[in-house]
Amino acid sequence: MALEQGGVPTVAVHTDVFARLAQSVARANGMPTTRQAFVPQPVVGKSAAELRAYVDGKDPVSGRPFAQEVIDGLTEPLGDTDLTGLSFERSTPRLLEPDTEDNLHALFAGNGWTDHQPILLPTEERVAAMLAGTSRAPDETVGRLRPTRYREFWEFTVEKVAVNAVMAGARPQYLPVLLAMAASGLSGRSSSTTSQATVALVNGPIRDEIGMNYGIGAMGPYSHANAAIGRAYGLLSQNLQGGSVPHESYMGSQGNFLSYNATFAENEAASPWEPFHVQHGYAADASTVSLFLGGWYTVFGGGPRETWEQKFTRSLQACDPYTGPIVALDPIVARDFVSLGFDTKQKLIDWCVEHARLPAKEYWDNQWVQTLFHPQAVAGVEPYATLLAADPDEEIRMFRPEDIHVVVVGGETGAVWKMLGGGPRRTTVTVDDWR
Amino acid sequence: MKSKVAVHDPRGYPPKVTGKRLAPRLESLQGKVVYLVDCLFDNSDVFIGQLGNWLGERFASADLRLIKPRQSWVDDPDMRARIEADGDAAILGVGL
Repeated sequence: MALEQGGVPTVAVHTDVFARLAQSVARANGMPTTRQAFVPQPVVGKSAAELRAYVDGKDPVSGRPFAQEVIDGLTEPLGDTDLTGLSFERSTPRLLEPDTEDNLHALFAGNGWTDHQPILLPTEERVAAMLAGTSRAPDETVGRLRPTRYREFWEFTVEKVAVNAVMAGARPQYLPVLLAMAASGLSGRSSSTTSQATVALVNGPIRDEIGMNYGIGAMGPYSHANAAIGRAYGLLSQNLQGGSVPHESYMGSQGNFLSYNATFAENEAASPWEPFHVQHGYAADASTVSLFLGGWYTVFGGGPRETWEQKFTRSLQACDPYTGPIVALDPIVARDFVSLGFDTKQKLIDWCVEHARLPAKEYWDNQWVQTLFHPQAVAGVEPYATLLAADPDEEIRMFRPEDIHVVVVGGETGAVWKMLGGGPRRTTVTVDDWR
Repeated sequence: MKSKVAVHDPRGYPPKVTGKRLAPRLESLQGKVVYLVDCLFDNSDVFIGQLGNWLGERFASADLRLIKPRQSWVDDPDMRARIEADGDAAILGVGL
């Protein structure tokens, strides 16, 4: 669409499963008649001959010959809407029309404003009570969210975050955490076809102040604060960014269980190492939330036992090379690693970086490595350029140090650990700013 | 009769949409510079190559130029500037 504005007639080719999304994006950009042509899904994995057949075949959306759609898109005369685009205002009211509770529940569910579980209706009284959890003004703008890079940003206020917090059953004292997460600009309802979830790690005094669980069952449904914050983050993300609707604003092929809740807290008191936020430059008495886009995989293990190096190496190799792991260790495991000489988290991270290796041909055959890292390698960006120059059978490093994180969590009922897809830390936000 | 309650709208505030016009169209692709933009999704280069072959067979005098952005999913102003400077048309594709 930017090229059209630059005076260049353009046709964008998509696969057919993206038709509704592509048309929705075009409309939201004021250019609803953007010329688009569609081929069948998928393109990935198809041979040159199969893709030539796509070109020779029909556009599965219009039913017309695909190539003719492309040529017509560049040469057919323009109509009235083409010459003006489409301007319109979309507004959302502060309050909805009063109705019965039953009808309002049906309205919220029907409009896709819930996570398909019962919600608390955000009455004026409940929202006012929630707003007591922050000193910020209700009408203060918090930030902007969008489900993916090519969608438009939607803006929101403190009050709008409070509304969604009420819906999720959150308590006022959780609101500063939720405002910080919302202000991060990272959505908990990303539209990625990979079905990524947003993993959130809470550090600092706020954990105890609001009763977060970082002991037994820390990653499960055993704390009101953990459960409500995780749910509220999802609800506020989908509602404040303009939706999370399959085919339009959500394209995750398989979805992700962690989209229900991937919020947890570090067990700082039982950890032999410095807390995660301190590692990243924050004071120990600061309260923070660190956010990661990932959550695609989980690898589980126990130990470290006699063969831990082999187990850890195999587990790291099983992780997706595009997304390094959050290595979440029970305090028992963390202390055992200290006994093995890993007296800092960084030493364990460095060990993982050194031992997580794949043959270069296998690394570069990963779809997302190919899509996202290969162009950087070609452009000379390190370490990807060096990795691309490696012999296909050479065992190359899968991760950079910043791709791997070590966190201590759990209640010491077992010497257990998980490797959870996390990727590079996207941001750490300060809760204290939103008290 | 059940009582009615007033509740907040949970949605954020969408931006105003401002209409934008399309660029003037060509009479034909013959003799024109057409950029084929490989958006860098996995295998999109193969698709764009096949589309280029098809166009080359039918528009012998068209100047078909393959071009790629610096990265996938990231706007590349330099690439756009190049297309706008000497391109008559562009076809973008494709992935997933």
